[in-house]
Amino acid sequence: MLWKTTLGMMAVTSMLAFAGPAAAEDKIKIGVSYPTPTHAWAAGMNWHAEQAEKRLEALHPDVDLILVNSSDPGAQASALEDLVSVHQIDALVVLPFESEPLTDPVLNVKKSGAWITVVDRGLSQPGIEDLYVAGNNPELGRVSAQYMKGRLKDGDNIVVLRGIPTVIDNERFDAFMAEIEGSGINVLDHKHANWNRDDGFEVMQDFLSRFPDIDAVWAQDDDIAIGVVAALKQAGRDGNGMFVVGGAGMKEIIKGIMDGDELIPVNVLYPPAMIATAMDATVNAVKSNGPVAGRYILGATLITRDNAESYYFPDSPF
Amino acid sequence: MTMMTASEDGEAKAAKRVAVDFKTLGPALALLLLCVIGYLLNPAFASEGNLTNLLTRSAFIGIIAVGATFVITAGGIDLSVGSMAAAISGVMIIVMNNAVETLGTGVPTVLLGCGLAILLGIGAGWINGALTTKGKIEAFIVTLGTMGIYRSLVTYFADGGTLSLNFDIRGTYRPVYYDSFLGLPFPVWVFIGVAICGWLLLNRTAFGRYCTAIGSNEAVAKYSAINVDRVKTLTYIIQGLCVSFATIIYVPRLGSASASTGVLWELEAIAAVIIGGTVLKGGYGRIGGTILGALILTTIGNILNFTDMISNYLNGTMQGLIIIVAVLLQRSDWKFGKTPKT
Repeated sequence: MLWKTTLGMMAVTSMLAFAGPAAAEDKIKIGVSYPTPTHAWAAGMNWHAEQAEKRLEALHPDVDLILVNSSDPGAQASALEDLVSVHQIDALVVLPFESEPLTDPVLNVKKSGAWITVVDRGLSQPGIEDLYVAGNNPELGRVSAQYMKGRLKDGDNIVVLRGIPTVIDNERFDAFMAEIEGSGINVLDHKHANWNRDDGFEVMQDFLSRFPDIDAVWAQDDDIAIGVVAALKQAGRDGNGMFVVGGAGMKEIIKGIMDGDELIPVNVLYPPAMIATAMDATVNAVKSNGPVAGRYILGATLITRDNAESYYFPDSPF
Repeated sequence: MTMMTASEDGEAKAAKRVAVDFKTLGPALALLLLCVIGYLLNPAFASEGNLTNLLTRSAFIGIIAVGATFVITAGGIDLSVGSMAAAISGVMIIVMNNAVETLGTGVPTVLLGCGLAILLGIGAGWINGALTTKGKIEAFIVTLGTMGIYRSLVTYFADGGTLSLNFDIRGTYRPVYYDSFLGLPFPVWVFIGVAICGWLLLNRTAFGRYCTAIGSNEAVAKYSAINVDRVKTLTYIIQGLCVSFATIIYVPRLGSASASTGVLWELEAIAAVIIGGTVLKGGYGRIGGTILGALILTTIGNILNFTDMISNYLNGTMQGLIIIVAVLLQRSDWKFGKTPKT
């Protein structure tokens, strides 16, 4: 790793030495714009973006990745303008704060001739981006439901804790319910726990008081799952084959799966590392002879004890 | 001077009126009504487990709201309490994790964390108070500013993610939230202790009367030789101290702090205070009411989790409606008895 970096550095230095001032302008500049991390998932994304920057710049000395994070949609729109006017980027990787307010700013970047990669949150107008990289929300719900069907039998009871009322939450929930339907598994009730540990704890406490017989919990998200587990342990109902399915791929949860935790035996991936996927693909779009444009929808991989290790990033904040 | 006598007078009358006054009984009746509704919706509402959960859960907001009663009675407001709780939790966790090497994972480390929390709470409260009184900035602006500062500090400490307490310390500290004494969990005992101290301080000491006087009319209080700046600063320090207590029982629950810790606690605390009958513009405060207010707020959330009759999307509507109705019950003129002029 160190060798690679050193070699990369040497390559950069020698190139600069030979090419002189022209080299800086010949560099392929790729802007990467995303919201300022204010919660764990976004902090993980920030970390993976920084890792990908180091790795890609070492690999391709002529590629310069410029990472910018913005605290609100307006700031992100300005950041995009700066990327075009100041840095004259050749390509843009953008995770829009919100779809509507950023559609026009991204369109303007497109007009400057840059390649556009949109990550996770689509723009409100189709056809602007050259490449779309995203996780798969309905698939996350479906994969979770499939796992439930594999573990439970006809007549078993589950409860569902949902996220913040948004399109993302609806897509996950609807796909989950569609897959569960007809399996004989009863969904006793579903409540919003807002992708938050405290809410997960309180909603689960109330579910436990209300329903004497619960066989499994779909928490949809790892933060909620942590609250749910605390409530189960408090009530002493964490045994008897009870299990919780979360989602997203938080490192503590992945570690637990690696160690054979029975309460949270699996996880469904919705990885913040998708920003790195997008950066890789964008560099490929510039470098590779293979076509890259299109849609790149990541699978919602089921993480079990067998494959957990490859999704474990102990240094990431998420 | 007239304000002083008026408020003392009002207090004396209030003592006699307790048994009949609808204003005093309003929040209690509202809570009773909520409990009946909860029981009718699902008898499991009245199970011992659920009632214990309810009381324990309301301890956070309740303890903070006791502090807020002092601030509001003295005519101030503190919007920073939720962020303050998050920041204190964050610092506590970092310090305790770092103390493992020198102090081990036992009681000393936990005591260090708790002691630090109390110092931080007092310090943060003093900053709010000093900026309001010496800095002559409106409390709303001061605490809006510190709210943003504390919130972003915890985000920064956690590197945008979540701070987690060392697993072994969690084992030592866990009983503070989960264990019981005489059938009541420890957080409830802390809540009761804070409530009794708060009631004595507000109703049985000169300091409490000064708070009421300042909230009624600051200028008159000043001419009555009350050290207004000192009393007002003290109310913010009490508030900070209450936030420390709430944090000390919050951290062992999940052993983590993040940017989403304590979001909107300030508004819940203020709502609890107002539901309880304290006047938002100051001059009249009721600790007993505040406690009922905190219980009412927690009960609403609890009941909504016990039924699927109401769409999840309307939770906020139900909470808003019940808060407004609860306050309407005790404020409007159609009720029995005379209201003290405030």
